[in-house]
Amino acid sequence: MTDYRFRTPISEEEIRKLRVNDVLYISGTMFTARDQAHRRALEYFKQGKSLPLNLEGLAAFHCGPIVKKTKDMWTIIAAGPTTSTRMEIFEDEFIKNFKVRVIIGKGGMGRRTTEAMASYGAVYGAFTGGAAILAAKAVRNVKSVEWLDLGMPEAMWILEVEEFGPLTIAIDSHGNNLFMNVQRKAEENKKRIYQKLGLSQ
Amino acid sequence: MEIENVVENVAFKLLKLAVIHLPEDVKQALEKAYTEETSETGKTQLKAILDNIECAEKYQTPICQDTGTIIFYVKAGAEAKHLEKIEGALIKATRRATVEVPLRPNAVNPFTQKNSGDNTGRLIPWINWEIEPTDEIELTVLPKGGGAENTCVMGMLVPGEGIRGVKKFVVDAVMNAGAKPCPPNILGVGIGGGSDIAMKIAKKALLRPLNNENPNPEIAKLEKEILEAVNMTGIGPMGLGGKTTVLSISIDYAYRHPASYPAAVAFNCWAARRATARISADGTVEYLTHRVDEVI
Repeated sequence: MTDYRFRTPISEEEIRKLRVNDVLYISGTMFTARDQAHRRALEYFKQGKSLPLNLEGLAAFHCGPIVKKTKDMWTIIAAGPTTSTRMEIFEDEFIKNFKVRVIIGKGGMGRRTTEAMASYGAVYGAFTGGAAILAAKAVRNVKSVEWLDLGMPEAMWILEVEEFGPLTIAIDSHGNNLFMNVQRKAEENKKRIYQKLGLSQ
Repeated sequence: MEIENVVENVAFKLLKLAVIHLPEDVKQALEKAYTEETSETGKTQLKAILDNIECAEKYQTPICQDTGTIIFYVKAGAEAKHLEKIEGALIKATRRATVEVPLRPNAVNPFTQKNSGDNTGRLIPWINWEIEPTDEIELTVLPKGGGAENTCVMGMLVPGEGIRGVKKFVVDAVMNAGAKPCPPNILGVGIGGGSDIAMKIAKKALLRPLNNENPNPEIAKLEKEILEAVNMTGIGPMGLGGKTTVLSISIDYAYRHPASYPAAVAFNCWAARRATARISADGTVEYLTHRVDEVI
């Protein structure tokens, strides 16, 4: 377990240093992207349309924040992670096409994402689910909001952050997946649990 | 003051209380879990959870950005006046809380995918009604987060397997849910009735305070047995490993059809938000889940 502090844009070389269970803090630019933003970004890519910003080396945050607008200023009130598995169908293409280096969310991701992270150099940082104010405290300001027509949770919020974390590296760029390890162990424990409850498999 | 104004104000306060202040029993269970957790990563997660709860109260902002789908439980006294105005008042309170607390707009049309922007829409907020032989109105709000909602399951089990089938169903549900419902979770389990009834009573069971034992000693024993079993999975806080996967299990049941054995598991995330108040006929209000100094 090593602590790392990275500033965006993050290089592939830096990302490859990280291993599961390491702890990462990010400063610089990150953006929120949930189901709809992923879908639209990939559609834009297919059509050769450019995105509102260059995502290379940045961190994508699976998050639908609560944001308050006073006059022309947006303020992030609460911004915890959402369940990442919903983005599993998009994430490998997303990492490949846009060279995003860090995916932040909760609950982990599957085999397709793990393989893409190993191939293209990216990691998954788990942020404590529900810890929305700890996350909001690390946001210095809202740089802009794109695609607000998707609704507040689904829009792409572009954020300036300072020491955003702690992120537990749960998928590294070497094919390791902490969530899958835990799940595998749980499966191994199942027999013992069934026995305790007097059940057969 | 008119009854609809009283109900609106109380419902607004309940929404605000619920999303900012976790009930004492939930906080205590999380603190206990933090003390007892042995996994280092698990402890880090629980620490972040406890820090976040403290921040929410300090800054008066919602604990989690997902302030849920708004569900009300209303115990309406048969002798209470103007019950027909309660629904409108609850909708108004929800809209006001969305702007003023604020809550995240979480009501989306399933056909157009358009977000209404104010947490209301067809049948939302959802209101569960019960009639009681009093002149009071008891309001409870359960803001139900989406992550934990996505792992709720209902199954039509085999009657011949009896309660053993339920035990397996709950263990499998927790295993399949893994990290997704923001563990450590609180589970409501509904047994019997019918497909809809099982889930309805499972969800309502989430309202039982964690430190209240089931009044039926046999069921209390079963709750404990399943709790110990699911905590042997090692899924842990946020699914990153550890011994705290579930904080509490609350079981309720209804009689079943001879041919059917419905069972449902309702998951709540660690941010198990709920708030209740009772409005007397003279308009006085008593908050039942929170301390008076927490009510603003």
